Amino acid sequence: MISNDLNIFLILLSAMMVNNILLIRFIALCAFFGISSSIKTSIGMGMAVIFVMVMATGVSWPVYHFMLVPLNLVYLRTAAFILTIATFVQLEEMFIRRMFPSLYRAMGIYLPLIVVNCAVLAAAFLCIDYNLGFAKSMVYTVGVSLGYFVAIVMFAAIREVVDYAPVPTLFKGYPIAFVTASLMSLAFLGFKGLFGL
Amino acid sequence: MSQTSSSSLWKELTKGFLKENPILVIMLGLCATLACSTSATDAFGMGLAFSFVMLGSNIVVATIRKLVPSQVRIPVFITVISTFVTIVDYTLKAYFPALSQSLGVFVPLIVVNCIVMGRAEAFSSKNTVMASLMDGIGMGIGFTVIITVIGMIREVIGNGMLFGHQVMPAHYQPFLILILPPGAFLVIGFLMALHRKIMITFYKP
Repeated sequence: MISNDLNIFLILLSAMMVNNILLIRFIALCAFFGISSSIKTSIGMGMAVIFVMVMATGVSWPVYHFMLVPLNLVYLRTAAFILTIATFVQLEEMFIRRMFPSLYRAMGIYLPLIVVNCAVLAAAFLCIDYNLGFAKSMVYTVGVSLGYFVAIVMFAAIREVVDYAPVPTLFKGYPIAFVTASLMSLAFLGFKGLFGL
Repeated sequence: MSQTSSSSLWKELTKGFLKENPILVIMLGLCATLACSTSATDAFGMGLAFSFVMLGSNIVVATIRKLVPSQVRIPVFITVISTFVTIVDYTLKAYFPALSQSLGVFVPLIVVNCIVMGRAEAFSSKNTVMASLMDGIGMGIGFTVIITVIGMIREVIGNGMLFGHQVMPAHYQPFLILILPPGAFLVIGFLMALHRKIMITFYKP
């Protein structure tokens, strides 16, 4: 289990590989299946998730610890987090469009889409649930988002190849994608027990 | 729109079962489906929690659909949904602590469960309260049935039990892999293929 007394490197590795957010924890699967049909789009999505997730935890952690807890409003955390994240993504989008137009074009529609990506909200919740401090929350979030990137790009690469394979008619398309995901998840399960996490 | 006949209401209700099943066809809300189906009991609990949120948000969104300017509709819908999710979260914590423990972070995550938002955006914001109510019930039933079936398959094969009772003979060697994460993907992949088979056999000439 992840807790505050693990060292930073272990938190990073555990978040990225051992508890991979897509394949082991099952969070944010809709986009995982929807967007992974080509390597190019999945790289764009992966980058955008890394960016937004790190920013979102950076905002929601102070909101929880400096606003909700002192004011005794912990029960509002779901609403507070989703609104903070949505607002912040909107601000980020405007900022990037103004300052880094090329990056903005590269991320395209994925930036606004991520507001409803549960991985972002989940990372923010999990940092609170694990009682991580601010620095470790950030490390944990970086690990989670890198894990997302690795998994979605690998999955897209496999799917591009599977498209040309002779698959039984009933399994064409999504069913075989799920079976593929199952095998990948099996491979990631191999990391379990690594470093005693 | 106001003259919704009972036959079209019936259609709104039943389309969630097979034709537009939220899990197998629309393929949204997969996170909760896969993560909360290690046992039939958890799966059923998740199904009910989800159905309640779906129904509540559908009704409220349909009621206020004419009052909300379209530029701010997404934050408004999210706020409506998160209200219902908070109700469910705290009800489960108070009355079913064990279930709440095993569903964990996935109860608050119903907020961003794309299917709830998807129905609010695609259906309730354009249809009458009655039609949205039917849509909510149908989607809820479709979701609950499929997630419970997945939970049952995984629990029986992976653990030899059903709703916590031993059903397989004592010398049965459970296939542990079905309880583990890969099993969830595998079961849903096969269910999708089966669903496709059913659709081809019964709905197409």
